[in-house]
Amino acid sequence: MDTVSDVPYIVEATGLTKEFKGFAAVKNVDLRIRRNTIHALIGPNGAGKTTCFNLITKFLEPTRGTIRLNGRDITRTPPADVARLGMVRSFQISATFPHLTVVDNVRIALQRPMGNSFHFWKSESSLDSLNERAMALLADVDLTTYADHLAVELPYGRKRALEIATTLALDPEMLLLDEPTSGMGREDIARTADLIRRVSKNRTILMVEHNLSVVADLSDTITVLARGEILTEGPYAEVSKNPQVIEAYMGTGGAH
Amino acid sequence: MSTSPTTAAPPAATVRTPRTGMLALFGIAAVAVMLVAPFGVYPVFLMKVMCFALFACAFNLLLGYTGLLSFGHAMFFGGAAYICAHTIKVLGFSPEIGILAGVAFAAFLGLLAGLLAIRRQGIYFAMVTLALAQMFFFFCLQAPFTGGEDGLQGVPRRPLFGLIDISKDINLYYVVLAIFVFGFLVIYRTIHSPFGHVLKAIRENEPRAISLGYRANQYKLLAFVLSAALTGLAGSTKVLVFQLASLTDVAWQMSGEVVLMTLVGGMGTILGPIVGAAIIVTMQNYLAGLGEWVLVIQGVIFVAAVSLFRRGIVGEIIAIVSYYRSGKQQP
Repeated sequence: MDTVSDVPYIVEATGLTKEFKGFAAVKNVDLRIRRNTIHALIGPNGAGKTTCFNLITKFLEPTRGTIRLNGRDITRTPPADVARLGMVRSFQISATFPHLTVVDNVRIALQRPMGNSFHFWKSESSLDSLNERAMALLADVDLTTYADHLAVELPYGRKRALEIATTLALDPEMLLLDEPTSGMGREDIARTADLIRRVSKNRTILMVEHNLSVVADLSDTITVLARGEILTEGPYAEVSKNPQVIEAYMGTGGAH
Repeated sequence: MSTSPTTAAPPAATVRTPRTGMLALFGIAAVAVMLVAPFGVYPVFLMKVMCFALFACAFNLLLGYTGLLSFGHAMFFGGAAYICAHTIKVLGFSPEIGILAGVAFAAFLGLLAGLLAIRRQGIYFAMVTLALAQMFFFFCLQAPFTGGEDGLQGVPRRPLFGLIDISKDINLYYVVLAIFVFGFLVIYRTIHSPFGHVLKAIRENEPRAISLGYRANQYKLLAFVLSAALTGLAGSTKVLVFQLASLTDVAWQMSGEVVLMTLVGGMGTILGPIVGAAIIVTMQNYLAGLGEWVLVIQGVIFVAAVSLFRRGIVGEIIAIVSYYRSGKQQP
């Protein structure tokens, strides 16, 4: 642990609070994520995990608090610009472009840094130079054979894989995964966990995850949220023994 | 990451999109038909169809490819018509200057309206555009230069570029055909450009596009301005054909009519709006004797289109063709 704690924090959120008409979904959360680690955010339903996600990626404006990315204040930065700074998120419900082909899904992500995205007078063949990289990214997640299918036709697990391939196309420094294994069968879960581990090399990952065996397996640090507040934080072995955590998970068939 | 041998082959990403070669061939055939058409059909009618087809195509760029339902496109159509008519009739400029002025005005108005409207989504976007168009309608009703209830009549057809005599319908026909083909190609290219790809992504899943770093509102705004400018081109051209700009062009019914044309033909298809415009204009012309009943028939068609063939005529044809094609491909 000592070696990891020397690494500076990539994301620092302090006093993060989000109130919806008097109801505080997230209360005074301090979340610091170390560079090049996998950090999991867990907690019972309604604990505020996804709200936290939306706040950090600026899809929601925090009521109070500040967020720093690589030491830079992004509290008032629009979400698209946060993505440009190297922090890219996924969504709980699989976020593909359903009526684009699988390869086009990935190409959209690759296209942005080209700087021609406003060029309405150029032919789409100017995007052909991206094909090779797009196919390589698809090969990475075993989607080569699906390249010409519409994303909407993919089985659920494959959609999630496509989503990760699209996210990786941006080569983000910081990756936020919202329930990457939700709704998957056992085989897909193992494949996805494996993929997450592979892509975590030289990257920081923050993930919301319900599957505790995946969390135990992958994460360096776990933050437990309950009713919008941080219950505890630490490595899995520590967190899973915390009586408060066990209590929070009672009846939801969780930690033990 | 290394490129494995399986990725060496270029992806056949074109399988789903209609073959460009076939499309080009079809386009050439269509233009050839249009070149001889005025010898069989009344040219003014064909010109009217082309003006509205361009209008519907421009509208479809926004509805079909960006996912924005504007209910105020009459302000760009009629606004450009007034500016074009005024520039030619009152200020005495030549037709090409009039058209350019109309297009520039529509683009500018599109920028203003777009800045206000694109912050809203769905029905709210439609309502904002409708409200702005209504404001513009009443402005046109009151402003002295529009001629109020009379409109601007008898706009002269001066020689185009000082060379082409467009006072004859048959000559003007070819000018309008050229304008229409130009506008259509601009729209086609826009849809199939890097920008068009981003537009489709935003239409498909806006939060995801934002999460990939696209500032979605800027793309929507550019699409809105392009759509407004091309609508202005259609409106200005209509002035040359009918030598008239009137309140009909800016009224909300005009905004509704273009929605109808696009939906009947098939929104989000390249050719749908043209087919839709041809059907609606033909109906209006040939059923004109029935008076108000034309509106009732239009209403019935609209209801039928929305409930029976929701993809529109061209959309349904594409669906049937691709159904049979994919049926054959499967083992």
